[in-house]
Amino acid sequence: MEFLKNQYFLIFITFALFFGAKLLQKRSGWVVLNPILVTIAMLILFLSVTGIPYSDYEKGGMMIDFWLKPAVVALGVPLYLQLEQIKKQLLPIFLSQLVGCLVGIVSVVLVAKWLGATNEVIVSLAPKSVTTPIAMEVTRGLGGIPSLTAAVVVCVGLLGAVFGFKVLMVGKVKSPIAQGLSMGTASHAVGTSAAMERSQKYGAYASLGLTLNGILTAIITPYLLPLLGIGG
Amino acid sequence: MVRQCAILFGCLGAGELLVFLTGIKLPSSIIGMLLLTLLLKLGWVKLEWVKGLSDFLIANLGFFFVPPGVALMLYFDIIAAQFVPIVLATVVSTALVLVVTGWTHQWVRGKSAKK
Repeated sequence: MEFLKNQYFLIFITFALFFGAKLLQKRSGWVVLNPILVTIAMLILFLSVTGIPYSDYEKGGMMIDFWLKPAVVALGVPLYLQLEQIKKQLLPIFLSQLVGCLVGIVSVVLVAKWLGATNEVIVSLAPKSVTTPIAMEVTRGLGGIPSLTAAVVVCVGLLGAVFGFKVLMVGKVKSPIAQGLSMGTASHAVGTSAAMERSQKYGAYASLGLTLNGILTAIITPYLLPLLGIGG
Repeated sequence: MVRQCAILFGCLGAGELLVFLTGIKLPSSIIGMLLLTLLLKLGWVKLEWVKGLSDFLIANLGFFFVPPGVALMLYFDIIAAQFVPIVLATVVSTALVLVVTGWTHQWVRGKSAKK
């Protein structure tokens, strides 16, 4: 069974499970069967059953993990393509992003702190609204638990995708642009894909919210946390 | 493909260098992303020079964080112990962000439209 620890084999398993999970979601049409969460759960199950320690999996996983940073850099391309759109509504977009970003960090930190979460967990929750690669980078830089961030971020995305528009209705957010932006700001790529299902326009603004809140959160979080009494 | 990699890793490398030199608390990848946007805007980098690779990376973004996500198995005890704060804080905060972002946008836009 020593072979199971082979890093190329583990990479293959990762690819195969992800492919299967994507197929599963497509066939079932269920948002909740998020391929990322399903693959992570299956891999954890696989490692637990076979008794392979995480440190062995990590050797193979690192090769995939490695592409996370270049992928974040690649997000510069859609940002460039959206520059014109941002310019048209600079103030409303910028202010709503700034407020959304601050509310997102402050509220999650204060509620978690009030309920007695430890510093390590609070730091991991702080960037929860933004897209996973950015959120993980923020958490990693501040000494949180990146994997916890990844899981929470995906769940936040699902929350937004499933309940986002309902919450917006209840909260009397009616303008399509504001709704699109909110979806992207609060629940990143998964929220964006839900917005994209409504229409291209919703989707375009949602992806704006996703990118801009990502940048703002990365810039603001390290400086905001100490103000909230959380050691970085 | 080689040019595409050179540009993307060039931006990332510049980000790493900036973090190394200044100690700024910003992920190098975010600096790289902003740098790439700037280079595209200035026209120093043409869109078709990076389009293929960046489309590929963005389309498969989800896959790249599967392995770090698996590290969750190391933290089951922490998560079990703090499950309630994690879930409540996340749900409350997500609803707040949705509504407040939307309100702010509607409000500022309404103000600037009236002028």
